[in-house]
Amino acid sequence: MNKLFKDLISIGLFVCLIAMIPIFTSSGVTLNFVMMALFACLIAQAWNVLGGFGGQFSFGHALFFGTGAYFQAIAQISWGWNPWVALPCAMLTAGLVGAWVGALSFRYGLKGSYFALVTLAFAEVFRIVSLSVPFTGAGVGLMLPLSESWTNMQFGSRAGFVWLVLGLVTLALCVTAYLRNSRFGAYLQAVRDNEDAARAVGVNPFHVKTWATVLSGALMGSAGAFYVQVFQYIDPSIGFGSHTSVEALVGAIVGGMGTLWGPVLGALALHVLADLTRNLFGQMPGINMVIYGAVLIVIVMFLPRGIAGLNAYLPKSWRRYD
Amino acid sequence: MMFDASILLSALLNGLTTGAVYALIALGLTLIYGVLHIINFAHGASLMMALYGVYALKERWGVDPYVALPFMVPAMFVLGYGMQRLIINRASHGKDENILLVTLGLSIVMENLALLFFKSDTRTIDTAYTLSTVAIGPEAVQVMVSLPKLVAFAGALVVSALLIVILQRTDLGRAIRAVAKEKQGARLMGIDVEHVYAMCFGLGLACLGAAACFLLPAYYVNPQVGNGFVLVAFTVVVLGGMGSFAGALLGGLLIGVVESFGGLFLGESLGQVGIFVIFIAVLLLRPQGFFGAKA
Amino acid sequence: MTKPNALLEVQGVSRSFGGLKAVQNVSLEVPQGSLTALIGPNGAGKTTLFALLSGFLTPDTGQVVFKGQDITGQAPHLNAKLGMTRTFQIVQPFAAQTVRENIAVGAHLHTASREQALLMADKVAQRVGLADQLDKLASDLTVAGRKRLELARALATEPELLLLDEVLAGLNPQEIAEMIPVVRAIAASGVTVLMIEHVMQAVMSLAEHVWVLAQGQLIAQGSPSEVTRHPQVIEAYLGHGTAARLRQAEVSA
Repeated sequence: MNKLFKDLISIGLFVCLIAMIPIFTSSGVTLNFVMMALFACLIAQAWNVLGGFGGQFSFGHALFFGTGAYFQAIAQISWGWNPWVALPCAMLTAGLVGAWVGALSFRYGLKGSYFALVTLAFAEVFRIVSLSVPFTGAGVGLMLPLSESWTNMQFGSRAGFVWLVLGLVTLALCVTAYLRNSRFGAYLQAVRDNEDAARAVGVNPFHVKTWATVLSGALMGSAGAFYVQVFQYIDPSIGFGSHTSVEALVGAIVGGMGTLWGPVLGALALHVLADLTRNLFGQMPGINMVIYGAVLIVIVMFLPRGIAGLNAYLPKSWRRYD
Repeated sequence: MMFDASILLSALLNGLTTGAVYALIALGLTLIYGVLHIINFAHGASLMMALYGVYALKERWGVDPYVALPFMVPAMFVLGYGMQRLIINRASHGKDENILLVTLGLSIVMENLALLFFKSDTRTIDTAYTLSTVAIGPEAVQVMVSLPKLVAFAGALVVSALLIVILQRTDLGRAIRAVAKEKQGARLMGIDVEHVYAMCFGLGLACLGAAACFLLPAYYVNPQVGNGFVLVAFTVVVLGGMGSFAGALLGGLLIGVVESFGGLFLGESLGQVGIFVIFIAVLLLRPQGFFGAKA
Repeated sequence: MTKPNALLEVQGVSRSFGGLKAVQNVSLEVPQGSLTALIGPNGAGKTTLFALLSGFLTPDTGQVVFKGQDITGQAPHLNAKLGMTRTFQIVQPFAAQTVRENIAVGAHLHTASREQALLMADKVAQRVGLADQLDKLASDLTVAGRKRLELARALATEPELLLLDEVLAGLNPQEIAEMIPVVRAIAASGVTVLMIEHVMQAVMSLAEHVWVLAQGQLIAQGSPSEVTRHPQVIEAYLGHGTAARLRQAEVSA
């Protein structure tokens, strides 16, 4: 109970601190920054479930993002659903896509680069299909009609969105804490570290990896649905494009895979870096991603355990976390 | 839907010519995989860089793409050698998952640098022969095939043959094959494995340099063009078998034809989906492809 | 026909890889509660046999019957749930995790509670002498430590049959002397143990019954002393004609 308790306390502290920000400031710039930073945290955490804890690197996580986003949009536009009902269903749908892709891939024993390739391929397929099919608005995409109210998940000010994404980030943090303190999490990490050894002591790798894909997909889907609510627009390249896939994985790796706070740190660091670059160099298309790519290479070269791994270099008395 | 023979023949020839270029691209990828056992996620972006290189040579200095061959090929070779020796080798610490991430990182950097410098517009070049066509086939089913595409077909086959000759007949080729089979053994025999790896990577990218010279007259370039090619190249390699040259050649031609007919019957974008579906199916059901060794 | 106290029955199991016959028509019965050994020269197919028994490989022919159930080709994790756990010749730790966490993975077979699993890990670590290294990373352990960890993790699954693959390999004489009582204690606690071993001293002092595998075939079985005097066994280890030479040496000595 000790470790779980510690994890939950730290999550609670984090949530309280961040939740207070919209109370103490109404600056649009600040709130926007916090909201987008939290969004970056959310997608990094989602990737971390499968990539960091499960050891399965997905290069096409946008697959789940786009699924969640399109579901959220279509449910409201075409079926007239309330967004608060649509959101959990969007997550469920993204989770189901995760189950499908996961089951297919792991049933056939795909690992490593092959798994990365397959996820990339699936994301591309969904992107092309959504580009061609009127159901998803084809190339034009889908626009959410403006209708501001709390019941419609369209908050007048950024504050509401900050709290909404904070809620989702909290959910992701709790899922991560669960992975650190449960049998399922222990089994998942065992499969990551040594699949044969895990099998020898009773772990079913297929079962565990597929469920991790479901969880990871559902969380990523929630980010997609959130995106639609904030920007009221989704199209194939935003939904299934590689930009989101890359941001999610770089955030998690830079921060530290397989840890509780790694993805949060990494996403935050990258977000700050991106902001700084924008201030220094102006709105140059692509500069962000160049930096993300370069940081990825540098981190893998010099700091493979990410920012959270710096912990290991601190003297023992300073260390508070694993 | 009845298509007359000339349309079908046209699609077939189109597919074969495009397929030959796919094969050339895939050859580089399969060489890198067969020897270094890494999946080069930066392959598509590297092709894109090469295409921009050819483009710049034409637009800035008026160098015809085919004339640019003797410059592009060595240039890409050097780029490949450097990438492997200086970045990928250093960053990966030997772990496969790291190599995956580093090549991904490289592809992101390259693609977005291109975006930065060239913006996202699609660019093409104009040459005297861009629109020329050649008549192929007997009187009854005569089809016009674009000249640049025919040259691409021939060129791709020539370069592929060259590559195979290098691998089978030269000392470098022998060293490469030795390292591919048994790295430690090769090292013990005095072969500089790091150098061989880098040479291999260089050769793989050199193929892209050639492919770019053949592609641009008939095609176009934008920062995203690499993505499209990389997945097709992967499909070819996986279909033909990782590390198999025959597989890459035949696979490339096959995929080119499939894409062409798919586009004919399903429309261009859905035709592309067909390729990915094949890709996923092969990965799942027969990851060693048709000629490759069991993964 | 099943002997009443045979925990594991191997019936005519064979497995080939291409042209190589790794295991040929091997049959044996492991009695409940026994400590037995499988020996043979390198490349005899012992580890392949373990893989066939535990489900990592499927036999081409033959049956594997555990606790009266046909488990031929059944997945390893299901066999573990039934009570058969194996260790690996080349140790396979969860390198990024601590000793306690490693063992806990095994303990989780019988408890979903994280707390309980960690507690059990502590207890099992005590049994194998790793109690003072519980918080160390598995990758920081010595070879001997990793062998004990491998053993502990398997023990934590509370197996009825423990397949130990060369648990003493790579240990120096001191470490071997320390490990033998641990294995004996495990067997004494009621676990049936079948071990692959090269260290003859251990085989002689621990095993009640020994099977000898050479080139994929069972060439002899019996008590340790019987088996080591068996001419075919001597030939298998030391080469053709050795048995005769040894006998001559004995006679003329």
